[in-house]
Amino acid sequence: MTTTDQRPAYVPLPRLAPLVAESTFVHRSLLHTVRTPDALIMAIALPVILMLMFTFVFGGAIDPGGDYVNYVVPGIVLLCAGFGAASVAVDVASDITTGIIDRFRTMPLRASAVITGHVVASLARNLVATAIVVSVAVGVGFRPTASPLEWLAMFALVALYILAITYLFAAIGLAASSPEAANGYGFVLLFLPYISSAFVPVDTLPTWLQWIAEYQPLTPIIETIRALLLGADVGPTVWAALAWCAVILVGAVGWTGWLFRRRAGRR
Amino acid sequence: MTSTITLSGVEKAFRGVRVLDGLDLAVPRGSVFALLGPNGAGKTTIINILSTLVAPDAGTAIVAGFDVVRDAEEVRRRISVTGQSAAVDEMLTGEENLRMMARLSGLGRVQAVERSRELLAQFDLEGAARARVGSYSGGMRRRIDLAISLLRTPPVVFLDEPTTGLDTRSRQELWRIIRRLAVGGATILLTTQYLEEADQLADRIAVLDHGRIVAEGTPAELKARIGGEVLSVHDAAGAVLRDIPIDGSIQGLRDALATVETADATSVSLRSPSLDDVFLAVTGQPAPARTEPELIDSKG
Repeated sequence: MTTTDQRPAYVPLPRLAPLVAESTFVHRSLLHTVRTPDALIMAIALPVILMLMFTFVFGGAIDPGGDYVNYVVPGIVLLCAGFGAASVAVDVASDITTGIIDRFRTMPLRASAVITGHVVASLARNLVATAIVVSVAVGVGFRPTASPLEWLAMFALVALYILAITYLFAAIGLAASSPEAANGYGFVLLFLPYISSAFVPVDTLPTWLQWIAEYQPLTPIIETIRALLLGADVGPTVWAALAWCAVILVGAVGWTGWLFRRRAGRR
Repeated sequence: MTSTITLSGVEKAFRGVRVLDGLDLAVPRGSVFALLGPNGAGKTTIINILSTLVAPDAGTAIVAGFDVVRDAEEVRRRISVTGQSAAVDEMLTGEENLRMMARLSGLGRVQAVERSRELLAQFDLEGAARARVGSYSGGMRRRIDLAISLLRTPPVVFLDEPTTGLDTRSRQELWRIIRRLAVGGATILLTTQYLEEADQLADRIAVLDHGRIVAEGTPAELKARIGGEVLSVHDAAGAVLRDIPIDGSIQGLRDALATVETADATSVSLRSPSLDDVFLAVTGQPAPARTEPELIDSKG
């Protein structure tokens, strides 16, 4: 070490300008994303592989008409968003256990902006992943009939869903005792799409499962995406879809805020 | 003498276990103050309270004139925290860490880049600037951590076990930087398990045991407290069998020698008391850690 110190003045730090912390943390989370390309590739590859499997392996058995790809893509879009958002639980849990969040808490800024950074990066990541999955789907025979406005509505709904589920995963990351535990809890959520109308129509399920599939949050969201992409009438399901997203989002944001305050100084 | 840090009657318990038990402490402005104690004595809890991370259950803590609970935001503008309890981002490079923290400390984009470059040079990290901190050695990590806390030096600096795990060369370099900060007028509170470190750096030392201050004063005062000299009793191989504090009088020495009964004792020596002796005298237990820490990194 050399001693070329231009001694800084021992004065209080300034108050940060609005959104400086937020934009700095978004930048940080985006850097994390490009530093872990394997996580990103998994988040895209897994849904694509599932889509190809369902289309070419099971598709013939499920729907001999050969039109299964059009049925399954909306569900795959949601599955993809779930996979991509799940890593936020691990990111947040790591930030807690390494103690970097505690360091931010001792600085004159809104420390919970760290979570905002992870959420915004997750939103960006998953929208890109969704676009890739839809492109691949078109490559294997998916034929959407959506108008530009319906496309826009579809992406808006997917974005809202990503936001809601990302906050839910952020809360799981804060609640978990370690990044490994966060990964485990998050995994449970990823099974939800299988008990929905994502892969098979609900009325093909056993009665007791039908009830779960019919009333769980993902079914109206998937049905709305399906209707938007394939030019069907969205009907009242869109309201159910929006309501579910809003409820999950508000609940998860509240839970995140509460947990964030509670974990101060506790790794 | 004005105090920059004042703790009065501070209590803190975690899950029913009392960590701080009515703690009083005053750190004079511009001084280096060492909190000395074994693991679990409550050192990190004190740092956590003073750095606004956790609120005390009872009592008040004032830093630079502001209450850590009521005026946490004002306190945060006036402190920096380094060491064991402050983390760096392992996924980012050293340069990116510095720039991020510079932005979060209120520097503009251009200033952040310039100040980061200066500190990388000052801390001998230019070669590793583009490498991820996750790949750094223990010494390099401590240096980047310290560089971050010097991006902008606020009036109060907390150093939580700053030299734990550092080799001798890095430790002495760190001591030099800490002394320079103090000369510049910053108030420094450091925690340490190493008696030598407290002795070397601190103007005043508080010995912490089970959440209470058991002794406080200048290093010289603490040593004076246990008497003038220490009589060490050795065996034939030169190993110390016993240390007996004595008052420096001939009668005191006679009385001390009279208590030496073991057949193994072959020789004696007189020495000045060390902080080890202080710890033994005030807590009734030997000092918890040797002055020489384990080396985890020889290159630094």
